[in-house]
Amino acid sequence: MASFMLSGTTASKISSQLTHLRHQMGAPAIGMVLTLVVVCDESNQYDAVRAATEAAREHPSRILVAIARDPAEAIRLDAELRIGESTPGEVILLRLYGELTRHAESVVSPLLLPDTPVVAWWPGECTDRPAKDPIGLLTQRRITDARSADDPVKAIVGRARGYHPGDTDLAWTRLTPWRSLLAAAFDQPVGEVERGVVEAVPDNPSAPLLAAWLSDRLGAPVEVAESGGPGLTAVRLSTADGEIKVTRSDARLATLTRPGQPDRRVALARRPTSELLAEELRRLDPDELYETAIRHLARGVTAPQAARR
Amino acid sequence: MTDGETQMTSPEEPKAPGDEEETRPAHADEVATVAAAAASAASTEAAMLANPLRDPRDKRLPRVAGPCVLVLFGVTGDLAKRKLLPAIYDLGNRGLLPPGFSLVGFARRDWAAQDFAQLTHDAIKEHARTPFREEVWKQLREGIHFVPGEFSDDGAFDALAMTLKEIDETRGTGGNYAFYLSVPPKFFPLVVEQLKRTNLANAPEGAWRRVVIEKPFGHDLQSAQELNTITSAVFPESSVFRIDHYLGKETVQNIMALRFANNLFEPIWNRGYVDHVQITMAEDIGIGGRAGYYDGIGAARDVIQNHLLQLLALVAMDDPTSFEANSLRREKEKVLKAVRLPHDLGLGTARGRYTSGWQGGEPVVGYLDEDGIPADSITETYAAIKLEIANRRWAGVPFYLRTGKRLGRRVTEVAVVFQRAPHLPFSTDDTEILGQNALVIRVQPDEGITVRFGSKVPGTAMEVRDVSMDFAYGESFMESSPEAYERLLLDVLIGDPPLFPHQREVDLSWQILDPIEHFWASQGRPEGYPAGTWGPASADAMMARDGRVWRRL
Repeated sequence: MASFMLSGTTASKISSQLTHLRHQMGAPAIGMVLTLVVVCDESNQYDAVRAATEAAREHPSRILVAIARDPAEAIRLDAELRIGESTPGEVILLRLYGELTRHAESVVSPLLLPDTPVVAWWPGECTDRPAKDPIGLLTQRRITDARSADDPVKAIVGRARGYHPGDTDLAWTRLTPWRSLLAAAFDQPVGEVERGVVEAVPDNPSAPLLAAWLSDRLGAPVEVAESGGPGLTAVRLSTADGEIKVTRSDARLATLTRPGQPDRRVALARRPTSELLAEELRRLDPDELYETAIRHLARGVTAPQAARR
Repeated sequence: MTDGETQMTSPEEPKAPGDEEETRPAHADEVATVAAAAASAASTEAAMLANPLRDPRDKRLPRVAGPCVLVLFGVTGDLAKRKLLPAIYDLGNRGLLPPGFSLVGFARRDWAAQDFAQLTHDAIKEHARTPFREEVWKQLREGIHFVPGEFSDDGAFDALAMTLKEIDETRGTGGNYAFYLSVPPKFFPLVVEQLKRTNLANAPEGAWRRVVIEKPFGHDLQSAQELNTITSAVFPESSVFRIDHYLGKETVQNIMALRFANNLFEPIWNRGYVDHVQITMAEDIGIGGRAGYYDGIGAARDVIQNHLLQLLALVAMDDPTSFEANSLRREKEKVLKAVRLPHDLGLGTARGRYTSGWQGGEPVVGYLDEDGIPADSITETYAAIKLEIANRRWAGVPFYLRTGKRLGRRVTEVAVVFQRAPHLPFSTDDTEILGQNALVIRVQPDEGITVRFGSKVPGTAMEVRDVSMDFAYGESFMESSPEAYERLLLDVLIGDPPLFPHQREVDLSWQILDPIEHFWASQGRPEGYPAGTWGPASADAMMARDGRVWRRL
């Protein structure tokens, strides 16, 4: 492993230092498949870098971490380069001071891998319109996380307004195992669904999203109800034949119940951020299903459902 | 584009529920193509198409098998412990097993379900690729059953049939059973006959029954066909899944992506540019405890007939019309049919047997000194053959296949070696050390692709020499990437057959190998090669006669 600190530097100095480090390590050819730009602050950079590094095991990447520091200081760029540290790619931490905090793209842009996809990830707060963000403009795909917003439900409901193809939110990614299990339950013929309920702790942005997806696909009203958690605890769908439900009380093992069939237990654990990120990086084309779900959600806010909230 | 435009051009404007119904048929074509590509079994496919929660655009949802039971014969075997049981757990851990999935073990042990569960638990702890998680184990444990008995014992199979019926009721598995015969082929007739007698081989309406068999698929054409007669008398060909675990490997599937998703390689993938192809599977281990199986079988039957000829087929075939099983198998069959043996088998093949020597820093014994090998054995542990493919694409391009035990190191690869540049505008001195361009598909252990080409040596002189460029994606980095058996087991449970060889491919492979084996049988003892080296001198001589050399691996 090689690590290198540069203080008061520029993008081109970072670039040549990277080349130098790579040559020093005897690995002149690079097999990286994308650039991941992580936009965060000092408080969440450790976890974000960790998750991104783990995801890079599946998708060798150049990880650029843009960390905004004190905007009142003099303009300065500090960089920390890590190569070969438990990752097949490269990690570059960029610390921006002064007015530079508002021009991160000027540092990120020259450091992108040429002609390969660029993905941006905001592990913390982000703008309402990621695609309009100066960093977002450089990317094919933008990953936000409604859960880290002050009001997560409001954040996810608002995503439709700023949506641009290529946007996605980890609140949606977290649903994949649930959606997969529900879809598997529907692989056997099921009668028409009349209505449904998604139960979760208050402020869980994934719950209304799941309800919107179900409602859109099944053509039936699906409500969100509060429960004691942890996380999502149940999905109940009423059909003419009875109730199909998935319940999970411990965030690990779920029970699938179908009318006329024995209960079945299925592992349905929460996944670490690295796995969510790895899932996101697997597909770089716009996620149309996510778009449909957030638009459905946005339409639903004027309905009684939201009024209840 | 401004944000307002995004909104306006968005196809997802608010719609009445009725509109929603009308938009769905618009994707019908897409649904059909995707389904055809996946080529799932008819019953599951129909249900999935009707499933309102599935959408071909929803690429996040994994392919999950429908409710089913996997019946494993030979649970105490090495393969079950090291590969199959861990693979089942890993599938569960990735959320790919259906709710209610059940696993039934059948063996000649006086065991109860908890003993089998213990064995499974230990096997998972030791060999699973994904981390052990209690909730996944709980899910799996609930569905574990065990039926003790001999294969000849009618009572035991009646008990198995009863158990399966019970599982259908308690777990909702709907009569869908896959029978995995992880037992020596000599037991196949017994087991298959019992499945027929107990009516387990016959699927009721709306359910499926599948049988999975492992290599060896016979030891020559005749025995392979006899074996097939046994299974096909009871199971239709579409329900027989022959596992060649090589085809479950990411890199092997990547051969198809590399060839047919790119425009860079296919134009030169022919006799106009390719000089020859080398397909190698080298092992550093000896025969270990497999003397009983290995002696009399040898390297060619063990490896060339299945793995190497399958690799050859994938590398040499024309593009299939789709990745649906029939189209893919048809192309593979075509190319296997076009394979021609050398006129003089003495010159176009080589075989060897390891003698004592040093392998990777350890002294090792020769083949004849291994436990259980008779002194008059003529079994080869190294085999090399030269094949040609008589079609427009490959005429005159030799395919060299080699495999051996106790070679220098463990490596499997396909190397496509290109012709030299037709004219070199450099002096011969400058290009003295320039070799041929090559594209190497590394199958194991370090999966990836290597491209070798000439490059100028830095300096004031124009000196050109070979450099290698490596690519490795995912597989080699991620410990938890799917193992070949995971992929193949999932395909069995889903009923997705493209990665399983058809009986016709098995027959064709034996037709290629039988004459060689016949010739070798008359040649007495194989030539010795010291363990830890790269095979007998005759194999090098075979290449030298063509003016070529084996790649040094």
